[in-house]
Amino acid sequence: MIDVDTVKSDFPILQTTMNEEPLVYLDNAATTQKPQVVLEAINQYYMQENANIYRGIYQIAEKTTEKFETVRKQVSTFVNSASEREIIFTKGTTQALNWIAQGYFLDKIHPGDEIVLSYLEHHSNLIPWQQLAQKTGATLKFIPLNEDGDLDLMAAKEIINSQTALVAITHVSNVLGVVTPIAELSRLAHENNALIVVDGAQSVPHHQLDVRKLDIDFLAFSGHKMLAPTGIGVLYGKMEYLKEMRPIEFGGEMISKVGLTEATFKPIPWCFEAGTQHIAGVIGLGAALTYLTNIGMDNIETYEQELTSYALEKLSSISGIEIYGEKAKHKSSIISFNLTGIHAHDAATVLDLQGIALRAGHHCAQPLMKYLQIQASLRVSFYFYNTKQDVDRLVTALLKTKEYFENGII
Amino acid sequence: MALSKLDNLYRQVILEHGQHPRHYGELNNKTNEIEMFNPTCGDEITLQVKIVDQKIQDIKFQGQGCTISKASASMMAEELVGKDIKTCQVAAQAFSKLVMGEEITDGEDELLGDAVVLAGVQQFPARIKCATLAWKGLAQVLAKVGEKNE
Repeated sequence: MIDVDTVKSDFPILQTTMNEEPLVYLDNAATTQKPQVVLEAINQYYMQENANIYRGIYQIAEKTTEKFETVRKQVSTFVNSASEREIIFTKGTTQALNWIAQGYFLDKIHPGDEIVLSYLEHHSNLIPWQQLAQKTGATLKFIPLNEDGDLDLMAAKEIINSQTALVAITHVSNVLGVVTPIAELSRLAHENNALIVVDGAQSVPHHQLDVRKLDIDFLAFSGHKMLAPTGIGVLYGKMEYLKEMRPIEFGGEMISKVGLTEATFKPIPWCFEAGTQHIAGVIGLGAALTYLTNIGMDNIETYEQELTSYALEKLSSISGIEIYGEKAKHKSSIISFNLTGIHAHDAATVLDLQGIALRAGHHCAQPLMKYLQIQASLRVSFYFYNTKQDVDRLVTALLKTKEYFENGII
Repeated sequence: MALSKLDNLYRQVILEHGQHPRHYGELNNKTNEIEMFNPTCGDEITLQVKIVDQKIQDIKFQGQGCTISKASASMMAEELVGKDIKTCQVAAQAFSKLVMGEEITDGEDELLGDAVVLAGVQQFPARIKCATLAWKGLAQVLAKVGEKNE
């Protein structure tokens, strides 16, 4: 159970106003808000323990190094990896996916190989593979959606075959909230001697993900979508594949012995982490994981499912609303929709003035929008601190928006 | 906040242009064409222009967009058809200043005609790019035409 009033009071920004109205923050798929404990952890680091890691022979440097490595263990536990050495810190999901593409697959992909993606992909899990395909002569294939908006698993069984070198797929669509069947896709990939890369940016923050249970080869996710600061993310890879991955960045801290013309590198994962790391970000991520674990990922998932059902029911009662992927069976806490005859941008401005923060546009998934034959949509995305009152405020604000554009009445 | 602030953005004339844009459609005898895209929101317009003897003889636009981007394109076409390239370039610059909240001269104000009502956009920074999309497209077309003539 989640005591949402207590939870809400943990987030300073949720006590503020926007355009003189209490802020209703419904853009969690873009980034989440930060609880006091995360802000305090970062503050404490800078106020009392600021030192660079690995190199200082003094107390605060040692303490910070230990804290940094403790977070690596925390992340490992959080996604249940076999070892904390399978956890590499990155700037975020995008950097992790680029490193996987360039550091591992560039050497492994050959002309004629097929890279399987889906129509749901965010640009960050599309462009790195487009670049890889162009460099290697591989072909991109896309798993379509079925009529309800779920991933078409029947089609996936055809598309993933002996030509497939890798399946790179999002776990949760950042537009439709559709959840893809990672366990089945990973089985299909492995049956065909292919690897599976999962974009977990929208799934890891919202439910218990187990990389070993799902048999995921590579996983990428971002801290800022799960209460941590921006600029910190995670690349998980199975050790057997990390051993064959090349570092993309070279420099300080990733080396072991350095001569004028050559150098040897530190062991995995440190060989991938060149230069001074985002220490405050890692410490913030640690505090975020502790906070999430205390609430319980299962509790978060149950709560968000209930809130999303409530929102779907309330939203669908608005006349002239079109909800995309409404019938999809596997939904996360993201809903995309349009009010007929009102452009998403116009609606978002009117909602902004009523204190409602949501996303309007193509959501960095232009091919999906084209596939859905829409140009832009409104998107609400919940986190566990959102309430039914937030949904009610949204619905009231949407009705006022309709009133304004349809009848010119405020 | 009172939604009345909205009336600064969606003036009646803007809503009307947005719902019934002028110069919307295909131009049969175009001399120039440009596709403009606003990557942050996905708005897309195609601008077709007929330029003869350094004068804009006609403008048409097509595409998907919000009220602000459609109204802005519609008003731009209405004001600038019949004017020479130099004048249109001055107008495009003036429009950009207008929506950024900078001062414009009386002469510029006159050039922009009805489009000055879009000045309200300056209070909504997220929407400035919607308002300037068509104007930027036209400015690019005119710059190209200018290069060719030099």
